[in-house]
Amino acid sequence: MAAMLQSFGVSSASVAFSDHSAKLSVRSLPVIRSEARSISCPTNGTRCTRKITTKAVATQVENPASAASKPGHELLLFEALREGLEEEMERDPRVCVMGEDVGHYGGSYKVTKGLADKYGDLRVLDTPIAENSFTGMAIGAAMTGLRPIIEGMNMGFLLLAFNQISDNCGMLHYTSGGQFTIPTVIRGPGGVGRQLGAEHSQRLESYFQSIPGIQMVACSTPYNAKGLMKAAIRSENPVVLFEHVLLYNLKERIPDEEYVLSLEEAEMVRPGEHVTILTYSRMRYHVMQAAKTLVNKGFDPEVIDIRSLKPFDLYTIGNSVKKTHRVVIVEECMRTGGIGASLTAAINENFHDYLDAPIVCLSSQDVPTPYAGTLEEWTVVQPAQIVAAVEQLCQ
Amino acid sequence: MACSATPKIVHGPLPTNSLRSAEKSDSSCKFMGPSSFFGSKSLNKKLFSVNKAVSSVGHRSAAVVAVSSDVVKEKKLKSSSSLSNLLITREEGLVLYEDMILGRAFEDMCAQMYYRGKMFGFVHLYNGQEAVSTGFIKLLKKEDCVVSTYRDHVHALSKGVPARQVMSELFGKTTGCCRGQGGSMHMFSKEHNVLGGFAFIGEGIPVATGAAFTSKYKREVFKEDCDEVTLAFFGDGTCNNGQFFECLNMAALWKLPIVFVVENNLWAIGMSHLRSTSDPEIWKKGPAFGMPGVHVDGMDVLKVREVAKEAVGRARRGEGPTLVECETYRFRGHSLADPDELRDPAEKAHYATRDPIAALKKYILENNLASEADLKAIEKKIDEELEEAVEFAEESPVPARSQLLENVFADPKGFGIGPDGRYRCEDPKFTEGTAQV
Repeated sequence: MAAMLQSFGVSSASVAFSDHSAKLSVRSLPVIRSEARSISCPTNGTRCTRKITTKAVATQVENPASAASKPGHELLLFEALREGLEEEMERDPRVCVMGEDVGHYGGSYKVTKGLADKYGDLRVLDTPIAENSFTGMAIGAAMTGLRPIIEGMNMGFLLLAFNQISDNCGMLHYTSGGQFTIPTVIRGPGGVGRQLGAEHSQRLESYFQSIPGIQMVACSTPYNAKGLMKAAIRSENPVVLFEHVLLYNLKERIPDEEYVLSLEEAEMVRPGEHVTILTYSRMRYHVMQAAKTLVNKGFDPEVIDIRSLKPFDLYTIGNSVKKTHRVVIVEECMRTGGIGASLTAAINENFHDYLDAPIVCLSSQDVPTPYAGTLEEWTVVQPAQIVAAVEQLCQ
Repeated sequence: MACSATPKIVHGPLPTNSLRSAEKSDSSCKFMGPSSFFGSKSLNKKLFSVNKAVSSVGHRSAAVVAVSSDVVKEKKLKSSSSLSNLLITREEGLVLYEDMILGRAFEDMCAQMYYRGKMFGFVHLYNGQEAVSTGFIKLLKKEDCVVSTYRDHVHALSKGVPARQVMSELFGKTTGCCRGQGGSMHMFSKEHNVLGGFAFIGEGIPVATGAAFTSKYKREVFKEDCDEVTLAFFGDGTCNNGQFFECLNMAALWKLPIVFVVENNLWAIGMSHLRSTSDPEIWKKGPAFGMPGVHVDGMDVLKVREVAKEAVGRARRGEGPTLVECETYRFRGHSLADPDELRDPAEKAHYATRDPIAALKKYILENNLASEADLKAIEKKIDEELEEAVEFAEESPVPARSQLLENVFADPKGFGIGPDGRYRCEDPKFTEGTAQV
C-alpha cells in the first residue's frame, strides 16, 4: 500500500512522505487539495481500492502569512534540477542516471555535476554514444526494479532512441498485460538555442506526443524544474521531461522545504480576463514580455504555462477559456503537428461553445532552424508577434 | 592427439552448412584437455582470457573456442561406459527430453490452431531449434532473466510459463500471460522473468543488457549477494543490427552478467545469412568487443548445454558476457505466412537428419538412461497437457471493452485531468473502456 501511495508522488496534504517533512511549499502556486477517498481505479486489470487525490483542483493559496517561514534559497535552473535529482537519489537507492558525460564530466549542462563523486560510477553511469541501446538498457533496468533517468545530451539525440522510447518505453507496460512497469525519466535540453544549427534545435515533443503510455512535461522555472523532476522520478509511468537550452541559467528563489509538483497540472502564471494565452517552456518568457506590453496597452491577458504537454490539463485550460472566450497558443514547435496543433484540437473539441473567436496558434516556422542569427530569430515566435496577435484577437 | 598446454588459436569452426563431421582429427579440438570440456578453472581462464594486446590485423591473440562435434565423441571414446562419464544423468535427460517435446508439440499445435482460425497475425514457430532453448534455459534459476524475439513461444515454455497461458495468449484471451494484449510476439512473464517477446529484431538486446545491469547494480550498490544472469536470444539477421554491436560493447565494458545467444538458422525470412553478412562467422564478433566467442552445434542439446554451463557460469562469477553462436535450423518457414519456397530442399533434408529431439532420444536410449516406454510416457503426458491447454484457451473469455484502457499507464493519472477537474481515470466510462481520452 505504501508503495502505491508513493507512486502518486503528488504533493498532497494528507499523504505523508515517509522520510522527509511533509510540509509543502505554500507559495502562491498550485496546491493539490486532497480529499482522499477510496475509489476503484483499474490498473493491472484488478480492481484495487486505494486512496488517491480526487480533487485535482489547483487553488491559489490566499494567505501569505501561512507561507514558509524560511525565506528559501536562490539558485539557477540547472541547479534546481540537480537538487531535485540529488534529493531523489538520496531518498531511493534504486534511482540512477545514465547518459553521455553525466558522470565524470558532470553533464553537458552541469545538471549532474558532483553526483558521480557522491554516488559512484554505477549510479551515475557514463555511457558510450549509443542512444538506442542505453535507452533500452535503462528500460530493461526499469523492468527489473531500478528507476533510471536517461539523459539525452541534447533532446535531438534521442531520435536515435525512438525505437526504444516508442516500442518499449511507451508500450511495454501494455503489451506485457501490465506485468512490467517502466518508471523511467527521459530528460534533456531541447528547443531552439542561440545559433546551434538545425539538428541541435529540435523540438521532440511533437514527435513523441503520439506515443501511448508516456507522459510529457516541460519545465520553465527553477521552481517547477525541481518539482517536476521529483514528480517524474517518483512516477510509475515513463515520463519525458523537456528542458530548454536557453533556460538553464534562470535564477529564482525556491523553498527550502521539500515539494513535489503534479505532472498533470498546468501553472497559472498571470490571471487575467481578456484572453487566454497558453504556452510552455521558453515561449513563456516571450509571452510574459509581450504581456508587459499588452498591459501597458490596456489588455488583461491570462497566461498559463501548460507544463504538462501530454496529457493536457483540460481543467485549468477549460476554466480559463470559459472566462476569457479567446485563446492564443504560443509554442516553439513547428506549425505542423506540434503541441499547439493538438491543443487547438483539444480545446475546440471540449470548449467550442465558449469560444468567441477561432483559436490563434503561434508556432515556429516549418523550417529547419537556420544557423544565421537573423533567420533563426524569424523561425521562432517573438513577443511583437504575440502582441499583434492578441490585439487582433481582442478587437 | 597431442594436447598442448597453451590453447591454440582456432581459425574457423565448422562451415555453417557442413554435414555433421565424422571422425575428423581436426586441429580444432586438439587443445582441449582429455578430462573435461571447459575443464579446470585454470584452463577456463586460458580459454576465455582475452589478450588486450592485439598486435596486428589478422592476428588475434584472443582465445576463441570452436566446438566441434568431435569433442563429445572424444569424451565418449575416452571414457568407459560407466554412467558417471556421461554428460547427463537420467533425471536431467528426462527433463531435457520433456522440454524439447513440449516445445515441438506446442509449435505443431500452434500451426494447427492457426490454420483452424484460432490465432491470427504473425506467428513464428521454433521447430528444429529446441536444442538451443532447452540447452540454455534449463540451466537457469527462476530469478534469471530471458529475453527473446518474436520466435519466443518455446523460450517462454522452457523458462516455465505454463503452456495454457501461452496458448491462451495466442488465442487472444484474457487468461493469456499478457491478458491477450501482447500476442505471439510479446510473451512476457514477471513471475518467470521472461522479459519479452519483441517484434523488432534487436530491440530486445538492450533490454536484456539492462536486466543484467540491474543484477550488477544489486551486487555493487545494494550489496546483495546477487548472481542472476540474463540470456538474450536472437537470430543471425539481428547480428547485422546496430543494437547488437552497441550492447556487445556495453556488456563487455561493464562486465555484465549476460550471455548473448545467437540462434543462427541461416535465414532471415528469405535473406540468407551468407548474402547479408560480410563475415558470416558471428562468434568472431565477440572477441572484437572483448568477450569470448563460441560456436556450437545448435542441433545437439548436450553440446549446447555444455557451452551454456560455461557461459552462464562465467556470468555468475562476474567474469562478464559471452557470445555463443548456435548453428541451428528452423524446420518450418519464417512464420506461418511464409511459403518457404526459397530454401533448398536438400538443405532442409540435411537438417532434418539432425533433428535435436531424435538425437537426444538416441543418446538416452543408447546409454540406457531411460527406456522407450519412459519416453513414450513423456510424449503422452505432453500431448495431454497441450490438449488441456487448447481447451483452456478455447473456453477462456475474450477481453471485454473495459480492458482496452487498462495497462496503458501503470499510474492511470497519466490520462490527465478532464474538464470537470477530476482525473480522467475516475470517469465511470473509463472503466467501461468507452471514455474519451
